[in-house]
Amino acid sequence: MSEPVSPLMNARYEGLVTIEEIGPMGMITLRGDLAATDLRRAATAPTGVEMPQMREASTADGKGILWMSPDEVLVLCAYADVPGTVQSMTDALVGTHALVANVSDARAVFRLTGANVREVLAKLSPADLSPEGLPLGEVKRTRMAQVPAAFWLESEEEATVICFRSVADYVMGLLKTAAHPASAVGFF
Amino acid sequence: MSTRLATSGRLIDRSKQVAFTFNGKRFTGHAGDTLASALLANDQMLMGRSFKYHRPRGVVASGAEEPNALVNLGEGVTHEPNARATTTELFEGLKATSQNHWPSLEFDVGAINQKFARFLPAGFYYKMFIHPRPFWKHIYEPFIRHSAGLGKAPDAETRDPDTYEHFYAHVDVLVVGGGVAGLQAALTAGQSGLKVLLIEQTAFWGGRTPVDGGEIDGKSAEDWITEAVAALEVMPNVTLRTRCMGSGVYDHGYVLGYERLTDHAPEADGPRHRLWRIRTKQVVTATGAIERPLSFSGNDIPGVMLASAVRDYVVDYGVSIGDRTVVVTNNDDAYRTALTLKKAGLSVPAILDVRVHVHAPPLVAEAKAAGIRVLEGMGIAKVVGGQRVKGVAVCSQAGEGAMVEEIACDCVAMSGGWSPVVHLWSHCGGKLLWDEEHAFFRPDASRAPTGADGLPFVTTAGTANGHLHLNDALQDAHSAGKIALERAGGKAEAGAVVPQAQGPDEAAMTPVWLMPQGAGYELKMKAWLDYQNDVKVSDVQLAAREGYESVEHTKRYTTLGMATDQGKLSNINGLATLSNALGEAIPQVGTTTFRPPYTPISMGAIAGEARGEIFQPIRKTPIHAWHEKNGAAFEPVGHWRRPYCFPKDGESKHDAVMREVKNTRESLGLLDASTLGKIIVKGPDAGRFLDMMYTNMMSTLKPGKCRYGLMCSENGFLMDDGVVARIDEDTFLCHTTTGGAEHIHGHMEDWLQCEWWDWKVYTANVTEEYAQIAVVGPHARDLLEALGGMDVSKDALAFMEWKDGELAGIPARAYRISFSGELSYEIAVPASFGQAFWDLCMQVGAQWNITPYGTECLHIMRAEKGFIMIGDETDGTVIPQDLGLNWAISKKKEDFLGKRAQERSHMTDPTRWKLVGLLTEDKSVLPDGAYAIKDGRNANNQRNTQGRVTSTYHSPMLERGIAMGLVLDGPERMGEIIHFMKDDGETLVAAKIVSPVFYDPEGEKQNV
Amino acid sequence: MLTLLCPCCGVQADETELAPGGEAHLKRYGPGSTDDDFEGYLFMRENPRGVHFERWRHANGCGKWFLAARDTVTLEVYGTYSAQTTEPPEHIKEAITAKHPGWSWREFA
Repeated sequence: MSEPVSPLMNARYEGLVTIEEIGPMGMITLRGDLAATDLRRAATAPTGVEMPQMREASTADGKGILWMSPDEVLVLCAYADVPGTVQSMTDALVGTHALVANVSDARAVFRLTGANVREVLAKLSPADLSPEGLPLGEVKRTRMAQVPAAFWLESEEEATVICFRSVADYVMGLLKTAAHPASAVGFF
Repeated sequence: MSTRLATSGRLIDRSKQVAFTFNGKRFTGHAGDTLASALLANDQMLMGRSFKYHRPRGVVASGAEEPNALVNLGEGVTHEPNARATTTELFEGLKATSQNHWPSLEFDVGAINQKFARFLPAGFYYKMFIHPRPFWKHIYEPFIRHSAGLGKAPDAETRDPDTYEHFYAHVDVLVVGGGVAGLQAALTAGQSGLKVLLIEQTAFWGGRTPVDGGEIDGKSAEDWITEAVAALEVMPNVTLRTRCMGSGVYDHGYVLGYERLTDHAPEADGPRHRLWRIRTKQVVTATGAIERPLSFSGNDIPGVMLASAVRDYVVDYGVSIGDRTVVVTNNDDAYRTALTLKKAGLSVPAILDVRVHVHAPPLVAEAKAAGIRVLEGMGIAKVVGGQRVKGVAVCSQAGEGAMVEEIACDCVAMSGGWSPVVHLWSHCGGKLLWDEEHAFFRPDASRAPTGADGLPFVTTAGTANGHLHLNDALQDAHSAGKIALERAGGKAEAGAVVPQAQGPDEAAMTPVWLMPQGAGYELKMKAWLDYQNDVKVSDVQLAAREGYESVEHTKRYTTLGMATDQGKLSNINGLATLSNALGEAIPQVGTTTFRPPYTPISMGAIAGEARGEIFQPIRKTPIHAWHEKNGAAFEPVGHWRRPYCFPKDGESKHDAVMREVKNTRESLGLLDASTLGKIIVKGPDAGRFLDMMYTNMMSTLKPGKCRYGLMCSENGFLMDDGVVARIDEDTFLCHTTTGGAEHIHGHMEDWLQCEWWDWKVYTANVTEEYAQIAVVGPHARDLLEALGGMDVSKDALAFMEWKDGELAGIPARAYRISFSGELSYEIAVPASFGQAFWDLCMQVGAQWNITPYGTECLHIMRAEKGFIMIGDETDGTVIPQDLGLNWAISKKKEDFLGKRAQERSHMTDPTRWKLVGLLTEDKSVLPDGAYAIKDGRNANNQRNTQGRVTSTYHSPMLERGIAMGLVLDGPERMGEIIHFMKDDGETLVAAKIVSPVFYDPEGEKQNV
Repeated sequence: MLTLLCPCCGVQADETELAPGGEAHLKRYGPGSTDDDFEGYLFMRENPRGVHFERWRHANGCGKWFLAARDTVTLEVYGTYSAQTTEPPEHIKEAITAKHPGWSWREFA
């Protein structure tokens, strides 16, 4: 079998920040009652992280759970582990009203590194990108220019951006423009 | 003549020469000059011609309010019209040309208009060009178009080489304006630790104060400003930006800031402008005030300037406007100009002060002590001169203009008082009050703009709040900063010491709206209110006589305040003139509406990053790159780009499409159908929910099976269609149209969240998870069998069934569905394997001459089979019953979205047009959208109609035009000939009404 | 450019992250309803100068629908609340009463 191909074949750009398209990444949508024990177990067992609070990104060692809405989380894992993880989650939820869907291929993922990650994102999203507006480890679902996107900061110098696969090129174009070396704002 | 002085010029660096051109002529200025100051330093007083009369015009002001000195900047791709010379910072190689004249600035044929000024009064165009009607199109409009407009529009073929960007900033307090009031407000707010952003439109801090003088806390104003900026710079919670204009204040604390990054240094890399999209809890507008001109005859002759501007040019740029300056004023402030000029060694033959002083206030006394002649109760009857001031005729302000003496001069410095800049306060609903003492409008703090919480979110500080005296302005700024920080939830620093300023007291001003007050028509028709649009006192008075009582109507009738400067100089004078003419008080007449932007901002800044490749998102399927490489002709479908067809070398699109249809129908075709929407609907109530969403019964569908479904809106109209597959007892996968995926997913969530929130259903939009590839044609099964891994035989995967498995080692779900009438499978594979699967199909399918095909081929094949297409057969007014789709509308269900609406009388009207096939008698292709005509005409004298074409193509299989259309009583009129009108509105095409299924009506081809 | 607090995810959302959904608290009339009831449901909408109740979706965000009570003149927001309710909660009504004593909107007051 051939290898999975990420939308931009791991394109990279260096400017105000370094931008890398890092797919493919395993992503599984889980919808249900987030307070229910079996659903929490279904999400935490394969990832080994805590169930996130509202808007939280609970991540460690390349795995994680992102809070997406009051009845939805996104489970992160290695791309190769997706079939097994989907299976184990589905098995754990037999008899529970929940939805497990593999969306790994539906998304593009970018890693931004450098001192200006907040600034680059603040050129594209109306969200408050200040440390008070977006604390480390909080997921921001918003728009970037004209498309929906989600991102969170692991540290002051590292952000992960997720968007739909079909607009990966567009989002890369946005990020490159916003990260033009001579466009630093110096706001944060 | 205007010239560079030997000393002074605090903003210029005399050690740096900067070369530039104006109208092709070479000049030099200094670093720190504006284009206006550099031109004046070179005695280039004439900078443009006025809009209507083409009168010669020089610079009047020194800042953003300048109405006259508008130039074309740059050339070719960097050409930009209507740039204000007064705010254009000089840079090496700057190229400017003047506007609005032909053939030259010095000699302009259009200036003949002023000879006819008497015949070109307010409303002239409205009155003149009405009759005779046909003249408008052929005579008047071309003439007006030729003579109208200020600067030259950029060439349509040029492309702006610069880049622009947006920046979203969230702050607690935004201070607009970096004069002493803005600095003080920012200091007060900043000391609380709140997040403060201070923006200033010019390149330097301190506003007018360094020019106007005064002491703050015993220091010179300049020193205090330097220290204040330094104090702000070290506050980590405060951000300072120069060259950043507060452009507009909008709802809920949204403010636009327009930052000009490289206008002054065009060679610099990076974005040219940055639009700050600011959300702030509180705004402090410290936007200062603008001096008003006086309305006297000849007040537009080059050399007549605002008094403040005359001293700005001396102090800031070391430029004198003339050797002999007459100052004319109704207030004390203009005396500063006289004193400044005197100190610079220039001559001030007289100050004409309309007031009579019993006790001379300090500035007046100082002027007298300096030996300047002060003529009290006097004004200007008229200015002597044409392209340049030569002198003034002095008269008594109280009289009608009889000259008492003529004073030779080459500059007139005028001051009619000051108007606070209330624009930003007013943008979002802040109200004004009329201040009798100063004769200006200022913000009414009790009627401030309110935000989301219903509380005020804008405060005004300093001169912008009507405090003209330096110390008053400082105290007011501190108080405004405190109000703002407290409203923003901060705590004011305890015991904060407010700086104290010292400056001379000033006596009251006397409002002057016309000089002299009894000026007759001859004088009034040369007394300009709006320089840029050539509106005079006489025009506004005429408008009042003609019944224009509303200030908003007068504005539009006379064009007062409608030019690019939006009346910054003219509004109050015009308004006062109108009030006097109407015999009403100024506050009763009121102001026109202040609208953003404060000064024009670039289209590039508004667009931001959205240009070129990222003008808008273009959605690409996993196989998009292959399509590009293989010469696809694309068409937009929503934000997607889908291949329309794949022309081979030298092949026309039409020929390519014909080939694709034939190849697919005769052997094998391949379509990238990845754009089709795919929505998972899961839960114990999923069946019940889909029964509401679709007109069909979906709950009875068996796992493993597919069903074509129709979706209607609550209005009953068809909105989407697609194949639904039941995955298991609890789970369905709903296909939508390409354009419908997000919309239908949102529609489902709407009903689940807002109406049936107790139903147990979850949805997920998995459209982009899969590359979906349609394998179509007699050899479709052969290809899949050759790829191997899944039994796709007739029995193992029957028509309208699906199954999971692998094909060529790639996980795949195969749906045996057909939108072409051929043996057809749609194969969904993970998007990451989409290209690999497509490549395998192309390789293995080569033996059957596999042909990738595009959307047009898809359309033709579906039309040959009489399948409808959402957006062709439907237009938001069509119900399924119109399309003969009654078979897909469940009669058993009690309810579904649209069911009740489809029972409404208009929906059940038997005369609704219904779907039929159409075959032209001459085999031609009917024009898309063409109407079938009927005898007679309607009330509008239009031909009656009885149908229209919804889809029309050339069918390569039938070798003729085929069409579908909606026709009155269509299904009952099989075989009848009706006539369609071509685009020319004359030619009729005869077409026979037939069944819409043109090809393989028995369905034998897919049933294999 | 409004901002509204999404009650589902606690985000003060920008207008450009939201999608408007028209009037709130409509009662659905389906098959079997009278022509008048159905017409009212489908077409008749309030267009007040002042207090109004609306549906909004946090489209570029958590994706959830919610309801908002707002003044169409001053743009003051009295509050946002769950879409899974058939009438405005008491605290919203009280917030409106504080500004508009004696207000009414359809059957609510």
